[in-house]
Amino acid sequence: MTATLAPSGSSVALDWRRALLWGGICALSLVSVSLIGLPVGMNKRILIEPVLSLGYLCLLWIPLVFGYVATTVVVLEGVEARKSGTADLLAGLTAGLMGGIGLTLLMVGLDTVNIRKPLVNWSPQLFRLLTFERGLEFGIPVWLGICAGLGLVGAVLHQLPAVARRVMSWVLFGVMAIAILEAVIDDLAEGFHLEWLTDAMYYKKGGTEGLTVTSAVVLALVLAALPVVTGGRVKAAVDHYRDAPSEDRRRTSLVLFGAIGVACVGLPMILGGIVNELLANVGLFLLLALGLNIVVGLAGLLDLGYVAFFAVGGYTTSVLTSSNSPFFAPEWHFGIALLFVVVMAATAGLVIGAPVIRMRGDYLAIVTLGFGEIVRLLFLSDWLKPYFGGSQGITKVNPVELGPFKVQGSDPRSVFYLVLVFCALAIYVSWRLQGSRLGRAWMATREDEQVAEAMGINTVNAKLMAFVVGATMAAFSGAVLAAKVGSVFPKSFEILVSIIILVVVIVGGMGNIAGVMVGSLVLIGILGGPRQPGLLQEFQSYKLLIYGALLVFMMLKRPEGLVPSARRSRELHQDEYLQDAWLGDDAESEEDQGAPS
Amino acid sequence: MTGVMRNRSARRVSGVDRFLTVIRVVMASLIIIGILAFVAQQIDPNNPFARWRNPGARGLTGDQFKGLLISGLSQGSMYGLIALGYSMVYGVLGFINFAHGEVFMVGAMSGFITSDKLHAAGWWESNFLLSLTVVTLIAIVTSTFTAVITERIAYRPLRNSPRLIPLITSIGVSFFIQNAVMGLLGPATKSYPKLPEWLTTVRSVDLGRVFVWIAGILVVVGLLWYLWRGGSREKDPTADAGELPVSESELPIGEKVGQVAATLGISVPALRWLVSVWIALLLLGFLVPGKVLIFAITGTKITVVTVAAVSMAGLWYLVERTKTGRAMRAVAEDKEIAALMGINVNRIIVVTFAVGGTMAGIGGILWGLLFRSVHHMTGFLPGIKAFTAAVVGGIGNMGGAMAGGLFLGSAESVAPLVLMEPLGIPGVSQLKDAVAFTVLVLVLLFRPAGLFGERLSQEDRA
Repeated sequence: MTATLAPSGSSVALDWRRALLWGGICALSLVSVSLIGLPVGMNKRILIEPVLSLGYLCLLWIPLVFGYVATTVVVLEGVEARKSGTADLLAGLTAGLMGGIGLTLLMVGLDTVNIRKPLVNWSPQLFRLLTFERGLEFGIPVWLGICAGLGLVGAVLHQLPAVARRVMSWVLFGVMAIAILEAVIDDLAEGFHLEWLTDAMYYKKGGTEGLTVTSAVVLALVLAALPVVTGGRVKAAVDHYRDAPSEDRRRTSLVLFGAIGVACVGLPMILGGIVNELLANVGLFLLLALGLNIVVGLAGLLDLGYVAFFAVGGYTTSVLTSSNSPFFAPEWHFGIALLFVVVMAATAGLVIGAPVIRMRGDYLAIVTLGFGEIVRLLFLSDWLKPYFGGSQGITKVNPVELGPFKVQGSDPRSVFYLVLVFCALAIYVSWRLQGSRLGRAWMATREDEQVAEAMGINTVNAKLMAFVVGATMAAFSGAVLAAKVGSVFPKSFEILVSIIILVVVIVGGMGNIAGVMVGSLVLIGILGGPRQPGLLQEFQSYKLLIYGALLVFMMLKRPEGLVPSARRSRELHQDEYLQDAWLGDDAESEEDQGAPS
Repeated sequence: MTGVMRNRSARRVSGVDRFLTVIRVVMASLIIIGILAFVAQQIDPNNPFARWRNPGARGLTGDQFKGLLISGLSQGSMYGLIALGYSMVYGVLGFINFAHGEVFMVGAMSGFITSDKLHAAGWWESNFLLSLTVVTLIAIVTSTFTAVITERIAYRPLRNSPRLIPLITSIGVSFFIQNAVMGLLGPATKSYPKLPEWLTTVRSVDLGRVFVWIAGILVVVGLLWYLWRGGSREKDPTADAGELPVSESELPIGEKVGQVAATLGISVPALRWLVSVWIALLLLGFLVPGKVLIFAITGTKITVVTVAAVSMAGLWYLVERTKTGRAMRAVAEDKEIAALMGINVNRIIVVTFAVGGTMAGIGGILWGLLFRSVHHMTGFLPGIKAFTAAVVGGIGNMGGAMAGGLFLGSAESVAPLVLMEPLGIPGVSQLKDAVAFTVLVLVLLFRPAGLFGERLSQEDRA
């Protein structure tokens, strides 16, 4: 049943319309990114001194990607891929070149007209950045050349063997990651007394950061050699793991988790204060994400008002442990407060969950969003000010004293350990619930509620339990936040938090604990939380833009997330799996027919 | 809570249902007590019942109440315009387009840029009406463009995905647009230039007289219309077929009404509505004492309400009387069968988004005129409230969206002082936003299909 649409091996003439369309979009993207302020804002962060800064990188990746995308050929199953020829290289070149033309027009515009009034970033700084501080005569041909070249490289990528592509991606991402994670690597090196290594790698003079050119080249060579040397061995190992019987797999997973656990316990001793603070933040949001993972990922209830439970936990802890609590200040110990936190969270989960149980998915989202806002407004209001402190919140929450250990905000390492304990508990609970009867009830409800009811599952109780468990985890996170910061303000509980946690869960992998951990580490660690900066402080103003773009991109390309669960993957790509099965059956039946004759 | 009647007997009554019944009873009693306390407070502020929960009770004067109502209605008409976009997209594609609030914001922002430039050139003051038209047109173009682009990039590839995926994507798009606008135009709040005096002065409008005038115009227009249509019907050759055996004067009343409706070109229920509205207008105009119906409104608010009404009428005409509108209704009912009937479903979906975007653009300009300040986050909360309005009125239902918007706007304005303050809640103006969400929860508890009933395809109704 194979059909060939074009004679195999022939290359087709250049599709001008497509190339020009992609080129236009490339130009528009370059101009928009410049005007949104990304290059100027990120210019301070130097990746390779003195050659490359994050600002220029924001512009450079665009023609490369568009060169790649403009020459992508969709290969249908069973059809032989047409060979890429010079036409494709021309297409990539055109796409990149048009991007360069767009930038040229922008530079000329910056020089002649002043529309700073609406467009805030139409500034001399942008002009200087784009022309490399050397004026239009230098800037225009350079950008035309760079963009066309990058477009060409993007097109060439299709024609390289897979090994070359892998080498290129290793080199690019590896060098960038090492440059970006300078703070973490510095800290680690200090802990292991390897400062000489980082001093050699990074450019430490004059207060700027970034790799030196020589170290970048060396690292590039090392990273290029890695995939060639290891070959397919890593992939073979991963496949071996996946195909292994479940006992072996479980053993490997346990060893892996054990290693991660040891690293989590041991590393903070070595790392410095800043990185510990980052890790504590990551842990806090990881706890929230684990709870939302149960509500959204396992049970399929899109809860946009998740921050309400976070607030309930924070305020309960503050009221019960702070000396400054307006109405009721018993100043109990954190441990006793935790018991009440569980009770309040379960109540909140039931109260918010009960009305929304029978609603359609979209209505559920909006109503929970409404509830989240109502809870925040109530905590902010003057009406409940005698109980919750209104806009001033509740301050002077006592630090947690657990025997000899004291957990307070000024010691990020202790906060991290407390968060680690809670996270470990949450991970264990999630993992066990996933494999339990309740977890299977959730997954059945998520996939088809009517069939689940027909199979005898009490969907109402299952959904309520999902809300309760999710609420409890969020409330624990709120309690830790209260202890860490020493106070709670209504400003920390906006809808933004819910949505960022949703992005973390979705980008990481819905329903998959490892996915949520990866998502939390990558997103909160590098980009930062709603109010907390991440590793890259420069991203602070553009964080939400990237979150939004990332969410849209993931939903379009890979809705199951970075680390997908097998079930989810199958659910979301059902059409492709069905087609594969259809083609697989056909191929077998053809073989059977062909052999005897 | 999907409220499909045939399921109710088959579902077992669980603890959740009992809990919900308790909540319904509690909320209903709170509302009733609040209203009664308000009434008591109006009658006599020193009444013990009025002072029971709210010791500092003061009656609202008629002018204050009317002022609240007017601002509520003007804000509500804007919510209604935005709600139309939500309602149409939900009716056709079955998901909430979170990014629609940002489309509204983009319209308002582009209106700001244009009006600012016109103001700098001095044309805003000299030819205000022309400037306003230009500003509105540009806002409509940008909003429509934004809506169509988001559909093309973010929603079309997800046409066949499970229901939550487009919703989550729209959240991402909403964030992206908000922050892109913040990056492009800066995070500062932008203000529209000053409006001319003749627009912003407070005018005293005697609604009673307005009603009588409208009734009179209705009669004149209706009579002319009837005579024109009746005249052309005489010339219609096919009208001779089916001659009545009895003379016209002996026909029963029902038949006569039917004939009049047929001559006018509207259905019989619509004719009954028209006549009742006319009678109501006359009664209100003549019988209500003059002072009650005298409102002090600014010209801006009159503009807002009028423009919204005209847009709504235009949309009604588009949806009910044009071929494209018929195609839109068909696609909303069942996409596959509509495609089989020869309708280009993709094109109709684009048209739906475009029309929604136009309405949102108009809403953006009205917002700019009324509140005169826009911010990159201006679209977020009104967007959510507009969706609430669409749900309150009945999702998928155009008239319901507008009515829901008016209802929500007035409820938001009136409820804090009428309901919450008599119940003893201090600082009620802060809780205005909470009112909108509480209305949503209440409507979904008491009447999940919305006040006017939802209009959805079978697949979306599940």
